[in-house]
Amino acid sequence: MTIKFRFAAPLALALGLAVSSLAVSTPPAKASGGDTPHLQEWSFAGFLGQYDKDQLRRGFKVFQTVCVSCHTLDKVAFRNLAEPGGPELPLDEVQQIAAGWPIQVKDINDKGDPIERAPRLADRFPSQYPNEEAARVMHNGALPPDQSVIAKARTFQRGFPWWVTDIFTQYNENGVDYIVALLNGYEDAPEGFKVPDGSFYNKYFPGHIIGMAPPLADGLITYGDGTPETQFQYSKDVAAFLMWAAEPTLDVRKRIGWYVLGFLVIFAGLLYATKWTVWRQVKGHA
Amino acid sequence: MSGHSSYQPRTGIERWLDTRLPIVRMIYDQFVAFPVPKNINYAYAFGAILAVFLIVQIVSGVVLAMHYIPHETMAFASIEHIMRDVNYGWLIRYIHMNGASFFFFAVYVHTFRGMYYGSYKEPREILWILGVIILILMMATAFMGYVLPWGQMSFWGATVITNLFSAIPFIGDPIVTWLWGGYAVGNPTLTRFYSLHYLLPFVIVGVVILHVWALHVTGQTNPDNVDPKTPDDTVHFTPFALTKDAFAIGLCFIAFAWFVFYVPNYLGHADNYVPANPGVTPAHIVPEWYLLPFYAILRAVPDKLGGVIAMFGALIVLIFLPWLDGSKVKSAAYRPWYRVFFWIFVADCIFLGWLGAMPAEGIYPTLSQVGTAWYFAHFFIIIPALGYFEKPKPLPESISEAVRLRHERPSLYARLMNR
Amino acid sequence: MASSDTAESTRRDFLYVATAAMGAVGVAAVAWPFIHQMNPDAATIAAGAPIDLDLSPVAEGQIIRVFWRGKPIFVRHRTPKEIADEQNTDLASLIDPAPDSARVKPGKEQWLVVYASCTHLGCIPLGHQGDWGGWFCPCHGSAYDTAGRVRRGPAPLNLPLPPYEFVENTKIRIGAGASA
Repeated sequence: MTIKFRFAAPLALALGLAVSSLAVSTPPAKASGGDTPHLQEWSFAGFLGQYDKDQLRRGFKVFQTVCVSCHTLDKVAFRNLAEPGGPELPLDEVQQIAAGWPIQVKDINDKGDPIERAPRLADRFPSQYPNEEAARVMHNGALPPDQSVIAKARTFQRGFPWWVTDIFTQYNENGVDYIVALLNGYEDAPEGFKVPDGSFYNKYFPGHIIGMAPPLADGLITYGDGTPETQFQYSKDVAAFLMWAAEPTLDVRKRIGWYVLGFLVIFAGLLYATKWTVWRQVKGHA
Repeated sequence: MSGHSSYQPRTGIERWLDTRLPIVRMIYDQFVAFPVPKNINYAYAFGAILAVFLIVQIVSGVVLAMHYIPHETMAFASIEHIMRDVNYGWLIRYIHMNGASFFFFAVYVHTFRGMYYGSYKEPREILWILGVIILILMMATAFMGYVLPWGQMSFWGATVITNLFSAIPFIGDPIVTWLWGGYAVGNPTLTRFYSLHYLLPFVIVGVVILHVWALHVTGQTNPDNVDPKTPDDTVHFTPFALTKDAFAIGLCFIAFAWFVFYVPNYLGHADNYVPANPGVTPAHIVPEWYLLPFYAILRAVPDKLGGVIAMFGALIVLIFLPWLDGSKVKSAAYRPWYRVFFWIFVADCIFLGWLGAMPAEGIYPTLSQVGTAWYFAHFFIIIPALGYFEKPKPLPESISEAVRLRHERPSLYARLMNR
Repeated sequence: MASSDTAESTRRDFLYVATAAMGAVGVAAVAWPFIHQMNPDAATIAAGAPIDLDLSPVAEGQIIRVFWRGKPIFVRHRTPKEIADEQNTDLASLIDPAPDSARVKPGKEQWLVVYASCTHLGCIPLGHQGDWGGWFCPCHGSAYDTAGRVRRGPAPLNLPLPPYEFVENTKIRIGAGASA
């Protein structure tokens, strides 16, 4: 046995560590120059994690009330709100939401004339901007990023040794933790730090100067179900909603993963037993 | 190894086929009765693991190509369409994304194993060179595949890597324009990368067939250095190597499933979920982890052309390894000094990989230069010198002898090996 | 000795068969996502929701063509003579016998709604042509009457009826009640 593992084990270990270190020691572009966010509790974190339907519904309410005034969500369709693994709103409610959506969909009528109509279930959330330039002009030169995959498009550096343990603890929530931190990260600029007019100081934003005004405040949205109506709670709920928007298949992915891993562990055990039985015939091997 | 065939067609149909297309004979001789040294360890399973991941990548890639749209305004959205709307699209894409990383992990273990056990030495030079060609083709394929989602890292990675060619004197700039099909990375670049990303895996399959052919001519190396002498030194590929490889693949799949189902984006970059924007460069451009050591070598050389030469040279030097190493002993298990320098070399590669991910400022460029210098010194100074000065350990009579000694006289064996 | 050998070899065989069977199950399970991905995706299914069509602009004798789920559909405003002819057709003379009443909604006999794909090999037949005045398929010569029933082969079946219902007097909803 000595020589068997002389090569394979150390090399596998070394390369495994190398891979993880290289992947995660990469300085993330978006969070450099900002403070490190705090980790939050998430229902969808970890091996058994699944979305909290009620939280996604509350998060949608925040998005619908606040975020949508500037941000687009162009990869998500109205129908998704009713689909399994999401907020799972009743279909007729989603139909009403679509019909009453403040932004219209551009379409062409039977006579070939361009028209604007209310969105349908199959439509993705329409954009309020004719193009990127127009959006920039409306926001003082800054472009409000589309929110569809924002929860996967933002991250922050974890540092040693967390980038190693993250593989095993399955820490995946960099994006949502950053969003929560950002939404609660507005404060007065430190002495001598110059913030241009129309911009704001945010502790967690890279470079600290952000074009987005503080979007949330205590009591801004009525939940009506006993959930605290605080800025922090709003930020967590909307971050969870954005995680779902970015990764709508998370629930089913993790569920299938249980069966796949269970299957593979048993199968690997059988393969080992088979290998052991076969090699027992060879002299010098057990 | 490719001695005469022991295949005996049993039925009339087998005999009929055998005189027309002896494919069953070929499979039997090469994958059933093929003799494998009985002392090979699990490091030798990575060839089979690579074969499996090549299939995984091709099958998942062909499926993704059914849904992906290679167009600068639609590529990013089509990936999201795959992730959201296509039945199990998320699964197939995460398999393909993480499959690339596992493919490279396996190919690096496989290559290091070849270096450790001297698998590049006579008479396996062609086998080794075909392997280096596969590695280079894999890198080209992976790079072009990473461009396809048309995120920020895709776009800027494509810009940086294609600009490497502008270092070529006189014809560099026309070549880069030719690669782009325009005056910058754009839609023509995307569509040609897509075409080549689909083509190259099949070229890899072709070279893999040659690689396996060459392997089956010379046979495998083994940790005890001596070639098989009697049938007692070998076992049949089926069922012995087959079951061992299958178990190794099973373990590999457990790790693979862990990534695909639970940390699917761990090995990727958040920036690639931002659509490509030709007007904004991300703060840190880094390639995927498997290209980082070469990226560090590129940045270590302060001269543009020199950096490009060093980077490609780091790959090309592998081709000459069979002639740089003069030692007649193959296995590092019997080369006390080579073994030490081998592990230093592995550490140097990992060190370079780490540096490739660091910003090109402060102490890092200097450290990269040290790592790069060691990388080339390993090939051009250490390996040739060891061939002259190293005194190898006593070699066993035969594989069976080595196996017997290890099992029946472990203390004597340990004394011999540590002398 | 011999009996224990047999017992052991049985145990060994069982192990091999169990391992191989589990491998086969695994391969089959992995195959499913790779097969299912070719089925219509969620966006395509959602886009196949029912559509409303206003019939009031369609003049008597006119045929219009609309698309639902990527397939062309004919809506024909039949004349009283056409309706009477089709209602009096001898069913025994038909290739695919169906009374005219089974081809239209009761009380709405003037509106014929059929898929515009010839049941032979899927070409779109030409309206107001052929010996029966319904449709004539230019590809292989099949002819249909003004109830969309096949009167001359090679087409084997009548033009199929899409799922639809009248939501108002002159407004239909194509796809109403259709399964996803």
